[in-house]
Amino acid sequence: MNETAVKAVEPAGLGGRPVYELHGVSKTFVRRNVHALDRIDLTLAEGSFTAVIGSSGCGKSTLLKIMAGLLPPSDGSVYLSGKPVMGPRRDIGMMFQQATLFPWRTAIENVVLPIEVRDGKQAAAAAHEQAYKLLDLVGLNGFELVYPSELSGGMAQRVAICRMLINEPTVLLLDEPFSALDELTRDFMNMELQRICMQRDATVLLVTHSIAEAVILSDLVYVMSQRPGRFEEAVKIDLPRPRSLDMMSDPHFGELVNRIRSHLDKGAFL
Amino acid sequence: MSHPDAMTDSDAAPTTVWREEVSLIDRVPRSVAMILLLIGFLLVWQAAYSFELISKIIMPSPWETAVDIAFVGQNLLTGGYMLGALWTTTLEVVEGFLIAVLIGFLFGLLVGETAFGERAVMPYLVAINAMPKVAFAPLFVSWLGFGIASKVALAAFIAVFPVIVGTAAGLHAADENARMLFRTMGSSRWQTLVKLKLPIGMPHFFSGLKNATVLVVVGAVVGEFLGGGKGFGELIRVAASQLNTPRVFCLIIYLSFLGLGLYWIVTVIQHRFVFWHRETVLQGEIGA
Ligand SMILES: Nc1ncnc2c1ncn2[C@@H]1O[C@H](COP(=O)(O)OP(=O)(O)OP(=O)(O)O)[C@@H](O)[C@H]1O
Ligand SMILES: [Mg+2]
Repeated sequence: MNETAVKAVEPAGLGGRPVYELHGVSKTFVRRNVHALDRIDLTLAEGSFTAVIGSSGCGKSTLLKIMAGLLPPSDGSVYLSGKPVMGPRRDIGMMFQQATLFPWRTAIENVVLPIEVRDGKQAAAAAHEQAYKLLDLVGLNGFELVYPSELSGGMAQRVAICRMLINEPTVLLLDEPFSALDELTRDFMNMELQRICMQRDATVLLVTHSIAEAVILSDLVYVMSQRPGRFEEAVKIDLPRPRSLDMMSDPHFGELVNRIRSHLDKGAFL
Repeated sequence: MSHPDAMTDSDAAPTTVWREEVSLIDRVPRSVAMILLLIGFLLVWQAAYSFELISKIIMPSPWETAVDIAFVGQNLLTGGYMLGALWTTTLEVVEGFLIAVLIGFLFGLLVGETAFGERAVMPYLVAINAMPKVAFAPLFVSWLGFGIASKVALAAFIAVFPVIVGTAAGLHAADENARMLFRTMGSSRWQTLVKLKLPIGMPHFFSGLKNATVLVVVGAVVGEFLGGGKGFGELIRVAASQLNTPRVFCLIIYLSFLGLGLYWIVTVIQHRFVFWHRETVLQGEIGA
């Protein structure tokens, strides 16, 4: 936790080498004639934590899918580490709202699935040790051989985190990863997420509905307008790192939350 | 028209609590309920027989039927000619089932996994499925003869459709997130099929198989009705033509064990493979 002092001085993380670069990305779903994204420009600096917040249906998931190479943009370009994104990329970690664990696999088998798909069963068996460590890291010691039906929602999400991390991605795209959890578990998971990201110096883009969550985790929060999604505003979060939950009672935290909320409200009535 | 004492009543007894009351009939254990229903059915049957609501020539008494069940059971156990007939029908059913599963699975893959199958093959399958399939029996007889092959073919033909539907439905069971997850892992089409779509589709596949176990017996017996042979269906036909109704009843009962046995085997296999599926597990606990 000693490298955090450096971050505290340089909070917005805008200085680092750019990992993701999006230029004028637009998306129209031609078949249903939905204009989902409108000229999005976005740069993620290495090691930064960025949140995108916006109302339902404004195109957040679409943006993430385009960045992950799961959907082609209608216009604009996406670069990851200087190379254009042309299809699904294995070097990024992705997480969705649901844990999407596979019920016929034990927790640990779910975690090593990406390795199994990439390098085969033997490599997956060899990765078990690493998977044990990851599960231990998120507090699931002793649940390695349990099937998902025996896990709570929060535990399942933690297994999904481990699965995302097993390939050691340095870029994480998170689509409302904890929104299905209750508030207590969610706060806890957010702090876990921060710890893991800082430990690995990962570059993170988080999509969320929760202003508080966006503020407590991020260096920079983008507020998205109603459809077609466009970045209305970027709010720098200059709270020191590592963040803790008691910062939520900090007056400055309240100010930031209010500022974001006012932008969101404006968007809602336009 | 409320009772004036109704309120004073509950005021007078403040210690009583409001609880869910399970009525008497809901508290009867399952086995007892089943036996009671059976006894009731037998009584009605006996009454219908005694009062000659239906002519005694075509309606046997429960007792006559029971005697015949014992007789046929003895014949089967001592390796009489009926055992041979049962064996013939069993062979037809099992072979028909295996063929239906194999072909149904392959067609299900074609229809569920390829755009060609879904667009070009599916409409024909739907059309064929809508036909009264037993009407093909004479065709199978003229193509394959009066032996076991024509019955196996009809049984498989009738039973193959639920397997196709189950397999194809299973291949579509994976949700959007699961598919995206596999794509982000760089999964090939083959890997996605084997590691995601087939396992997640197992419950659908098995419900298709269960439907097939019922239909395959229908196919085999109808095949025997219409194409002769030496099976149980033939015994039923002969007994019916002799107006030996107790025998018909009793043969049907033994025949149903064949379908039930196949169903049971499929269920056991399903529990081995689909242990993770909630509905499957619940079914197992209830004892379906
Ligand atoms: N495959 C698709 N085909 C057609 N329209 C789509 C498709 N995917 C998304 N859309 C539309 O694009 C818009 C943006 O969808 P998206 O899922 O990105 O919203 P979102 O911001 O993630 O919403 P939420 O917060 O509810 O998850 C919606 O109006 C949706 O109907
Ligand atoms: Mg979304």
